[in-house]
Amino acid sequence: MTLPLILVIGGLVAWPAGYAIYLSTLNRRMTEFIGLTNFEILLESDSFRMVIFQSVFFAVTAVILKALIGFWLAHMLHHIPTKGQRKWRGMLLVPWVIPPALSTLGWWWMFDPSYSSINWLLNIFAVPSVPWLGEPWWARISVIIVNVWYGAPFFMIMYLAALKSVPEALYEAAAIDGATSWQRLRYITLPMMRNIISITVLFSLIVTFANYDIVRVLTNGGPRDLTHVFASYAFQVGILAGNIPRGAAVSLFMFPILGVIAFFVLRGINKRNREEA
Amino acid sequence: MSNNGITRRGAMRSGAGVVAAGALGAPMVHAQGTAGSLRFAFWDHWVPGANGALQQLAQRWGERNRVNMTLDFINTTGNQLQLTIAAQAQSRSGHDGISLLPWDPGTYASQLEPCDDVMGRLVAKYGAVNPVAEFLGKREGAWRGVPATAGTQTKPACVRFDLLQQHAGIDIRAMWPARNERGPTADQWTWDTFLRAAEACHRAGVPFGLPMGQFTDAVDWVGALFISYGARITDERGNPTIRGNQELRQAIDYAVRLSRFLPNDVWAWDDASNNRALISGRSALIFNPPSAWAVAKRDAPQVAENCWTVPMPAGPRGRYLAYLPYITGIWAFGRNKTAAKAFLEFISERESAELCSTMSQGYDIPPFLSMSDFPVWEREGPPVGTIFNYPLKAHQQATYSIAFSPAPPELAQQMYIRALNTQVIARIAQGGENMETALGWLEREITNMRRGG
Repeated sequence: MTLPLILVIGGLVAWPAGYAIYLSTLNRRMTEFIGLTNFEILLESDSFRMVIFQSVFFAVTAVILKALIGFWLAHMLHHIPTKGQRKWRGMLLVPWVIPPALSTLGWWWMFDPSYSSINWLLNIFAVPSVPWLGEPWWARISVIIVNVWYGAPFFMIMYLAALKSVPEALYEAAAIDGATSWQRLRYITLPMMRNIISITVLFSLIVTFANYDIVRVLTNGGPRDLTHVFASYAFQVGILAGNIPRGAAVSLFMFPILGVIAFFVLRGINKRNREEA
Repeated sequence: MSNNGITRRGAMRSGAGVVAAGALGAPMVHAQGTAGSLRFAFWDHWVPGANGALQQLAQRWGERNRVNMTLDFINTTGNQLQLTIAAQAQSRSGHDGISLLPWDPGTYASQLEPCDDVMGRLVAKYGAVNPVAEFLGKREGAWRGVPATAGTQTKPACVRFDLLQQHAGIDIRAMWPARNERGPTADQWTWDTFLRAAEACHRAGVPFGLPMGQFTDAVDWVGALFISYGARITDERGNPTIRGNQELRQAIDYAVRLSRFLPNDVWAWDDASNNRALISGRSALIFNPPSAWAVAKRDAPQVAENCWTVPMPAGPRGRYLAYLPYITGIWAFGRNKTAAKAFLEFISERESAELCSTMSQGYDIPPFLSMSDFPVWEREGPPVGTIFNYPLKAHQQATYSIAFSPAPPELAQQMYIRALNTQVIARIAQGGENMETALGWLEREITNMRRGG
């Protein structure tokens, strides 16, 4: 019965992952086994250490912002009467359903170094132009803005579903006890949503760490490699610069760290589920 | 079946070709196919209609040799061509031959069929190949492909002669007329003159549109600038030559000074940004093949009419012209290598190369120096003669160059893709680092790239 599943996992997950690990242990010409040397070389590179910083900064900042905005939007929607809720929900989901490469292109037009439409609007109000993609910190902020714009609706819809599953009776009991809205949020809503928050944050963290298209389209890693994330840097080193083993090492770099995070998050969820059962 | 000249196997081959071509939506050129079939992947040309030259040539050659020809045109947007090359090399299957990007013959040398026989015959017929094409195409002691005409470009200056005259007092057409001779003031076309002109145009609100980011246009022009100062960052073996390198310091110092007169967002420009700057009339000069001018011809004729293509300025060590070739390789695992070689030889003949250059409106540059006299470069306009000086010609007294040479291609490719030359400038001009710190970073990066070879 489980044979097809084993074949799927073996063919689509285990084999590519194993092959990537194997590649990362080869020299540039892929003729010689060099163990973990590619990882060692990467860690000694100023540029790669900057990539680690930028990837962590990008993923953590974007996930926090997506979670907060998604939570806020979900609350707003939750308090709209069910009848009118659907159209708002649909509209707020639009950024999430547009293919990211396409929507990022739209953002790129708005951030364009010379012909930015956002700058055009700012100039109307006598605000000087912002070098969105040309100045390192603005470029970093720009890629985060686009990622948050794209990802926040996912958090919103997950949190909305979680909010709807919180029993109304708990809020009624809290109201009788005279709980403030902050106390209701802290002692009822958040504990009841804890599992879904953990899963969503974990899932988004993994996906955001692996993000490629936003950086590729908006900045191509520039200026001065300061906006590169693991995926865009791996592509540049592995495919464009012809060093496939080192590119594989870049792309695998976060694998153990994310694996450990995933282990603890999922273990926490299981533990809570057992306690609640 | 053999009675009518078509064998069962031949019919099967033709059928398979039709299915493949239909599935890919690629142009297929039918011939009788009794000598088998060939599948080539070429770079999808920017210039509308330019792919037609290779299609015509494939049709002609296929019919003459009874080979079924299938051509796929793969563009470089989103790095599709690079991905296809990498995937085919990994899987050891795919097209018989494929357009390779400049550094690919070095990267995939062991998987490419040596083409010394083809190149030997072509060189005997047409003379020397330009040295950059040879540097890139000849790896591990053999030609690993045939330098292509289609897609190969140089990046001279495309100048708004009216704006340069008005704001910098330079008559660029008198300096570089559309004739095989230098103007009386051609010797003054140096980087020092260029800097003064850049300052004047910047003050006038039409700054030179020179990208300083991490795309090829930026890397190429900065590469030519460096070489014209004699500034090399490695030797032929890839050893960094950064410490005590006065030429490198001079070149970087010059580029930092020049960057003050460029638009302040050039650090984020891509390969299309300089084209847009010219076409929109906001820039007096860019370094580019004539594609920007060709688009202006369609979209902003008043701009195109005032454009004139001239060589890059000269530095203390001479005048260099950024050159970016395609090389067509034949996979060692290809099935019909003899026919593939014959086809590549055919499309490299003078008549074939001229067809490519003509149909690309002069964009394509043949690898043989003897082929820089096609009438297309004299004829094209407006203004007539505007791209006369696009290919390198003897009177320009210049040399083709590619950034990061003479480093071994496997290292040069990494430095090129990472745009180390523009990055070192950016670290000083934009990042506020001093020269020592920036050069220290450059040396560490190169040392790091060389490890794990």
